Amino acid sequence: MKSEKLRPLLPVIGVVGLLAIWSLATWQQWVDPVLLPSPISTFRALWHGMDGGALGFDFAKTVYRTAAATAIAAVIAIPLGIVLGSSERLYLSLEFVIDFFRSTPASAMFPLFLVLFGVGDETKISVAAFGAILVILFNVAYGVMNARKTRLLAAKVMGASQLRVLVDVTLLESLPQTFVGLRNGVSLALVIIVVAEMFIGSQDGLGHSVFEAQQLFEMPRMYAAIFAAGVLGYGLNLLFILIERRFVHWSGK
Amino acid sequence: MSAAPQALRPQPSVPAPASGAFKRPHVTIRGLSKRFGKSIIYDNFDLDLPRGELISVFGPNGCGKSTLINIVAGLIPPDAGQILFDGMRLDEIKFGYVFQNYREALFPWLRAFDNISYPLKVMQVPRVERRARTEKLVAHLGVKIDLNLYPYQMSGGQQQLVSIMRALVVEPEILFLDEPFSALDYEMTLFMREQLQRIFMETGTTTVLVSHDLEEAVFLADRVLLLSRHPARVADFTPVAAVRPRTDATLSDVEFVRTKAYCLEVFQREVRRA
Repeated sequence: MKSEKLRPLLPVIGVVGLLAIWSLATWQQWVDPVLLPSPISTFRALWHGMDGGALGFDFAKTVYRTAAATAIAAVIAIPLGIVLGSSERLYLSLEFVIDFFRSTPASAMFPLFLVLFGVGDETKISVAAFGAILVILFNVAYGVMNARKTRLLAAKVMGASQLRVLVDVTLLESLPQTFVGLRNGVSLALVIIVVAEMFIGSQDGLGHSVFEAQQLFEMPRMYAAIFAAGVLGYGLNLLFILIERRFVHWSGK
Repeated sequence: MSAAPQALRPQPSVPAPASGAFKRPHVTIRGLSKRFGKSIIYDNFDLDLPRGELISVFGPNGCGKSTLINIVAGLIPPDAGQILFDGMRLDEIKFGYVFQNYREALFPWLRAFDNISYPLKVMQVPRVERRARTEKLVAHLGVKIDLNLYPYQMSGGQQQLVSIMRALVVEPEILFLDEPFSALDYEMTLFMREQLQRIFMETGTTTVLVSHDLEEAVFLADRVLLLSRHPARVADFTPVAAVRPRTDATLSDVEFVRTKAYCLEVFQREVRRA
């Protein structure tokens, strides 16, 4: 009974354990303190950076770019995925192309997008959107194709038109898989944005912040920026899970 | 039910089957042919189904029991043949269909109540009337389930009951059920048989039930349609005389046991014929 009550606290053990080992390592100087600053100095850098410092601005920039890339990707990929998933012939004709580009590292596309869009925000956002589109597209099409046949038949047997079956059944059937796509898409978009911020002439963003701190050897600041990126990634994933639970309550049931 | 105006329609002049004659056929199947790949399931198959009766379809595995109601209900197109309901085509009548797999047939994004009223939405009945008609049906059947739940929050039997109500809400002229209880445990199956019998006695809707359980087929039916191996023929179309409501006592009733034994004999004869 007592151990059941403590169950929700179990994840805390990992966090506390990691902080303890980290503190011990810096206190005992197992690692060069220049390479690994103490948790306290790291979190102080994180606090100062986020509280009106440059890190807060960089964080907001990365959020903006990731959100823009994901939004563009969703607007393009969801309707396309529905069309693609509705027609087996169309899907089979394009499956290889989609799979090929989905397997191509989006970072390999940077030079191409630089030529197309220059060094501004457009390039970062469009490469990230490109990566996310393929992931979302694939999942939406898969969700539409795997809509339960019985459910479609049930609506059809009631006399529902093709359009009504699509709107009332197929789209809702594909929602759980669409959310899988959105979650993977936003994670990929964040990865691409952070890499783009490091290397393609960026003046801001979390990627730039990590890279600059490393160049200046400001280790606490670098770790702080890495943590900020981690918080962002985890937060975005959590956000989509919460939205899914709210609107796709039947998922997995 | 809208039976009265249909009485004025010209009746198809088809002879009733030899065994257990009935006055007015509801469904007439003529020259039905269907093949899947190399196997011929139906070859020039004729059948009349009587009005207002509960008909069980029983036969050897793979003989085309489900195929028959799926073709009659328009889920599978026939290769040839004509099926008429009081001389009308399927798209001119209202009918209900209950799937074996209730889990995949109900809409998990709708509450049970909205699942039941969904066919009315397809028929573009206004919201207020949808609500009223669904409530009327629920009250009429005396169903005691919380219909604000989502299907995945209900037991298997409750979900199938919701499926049956969804099929009934349009006030169908004919109701099809494809092995509706075979995914339920025995206790729930017994309960659901009782429910279906009650619903049938309340509504008197012509009902076609595919079953793979002979006892169930005979227990529920006014008439058992026994099919041969494919290409399917009518091996027998036996009336079941037992009075309704049938109860556990019916199962040991002499006449019932005799009918069941007779059906089993016909069934085994057909199985051996292979």
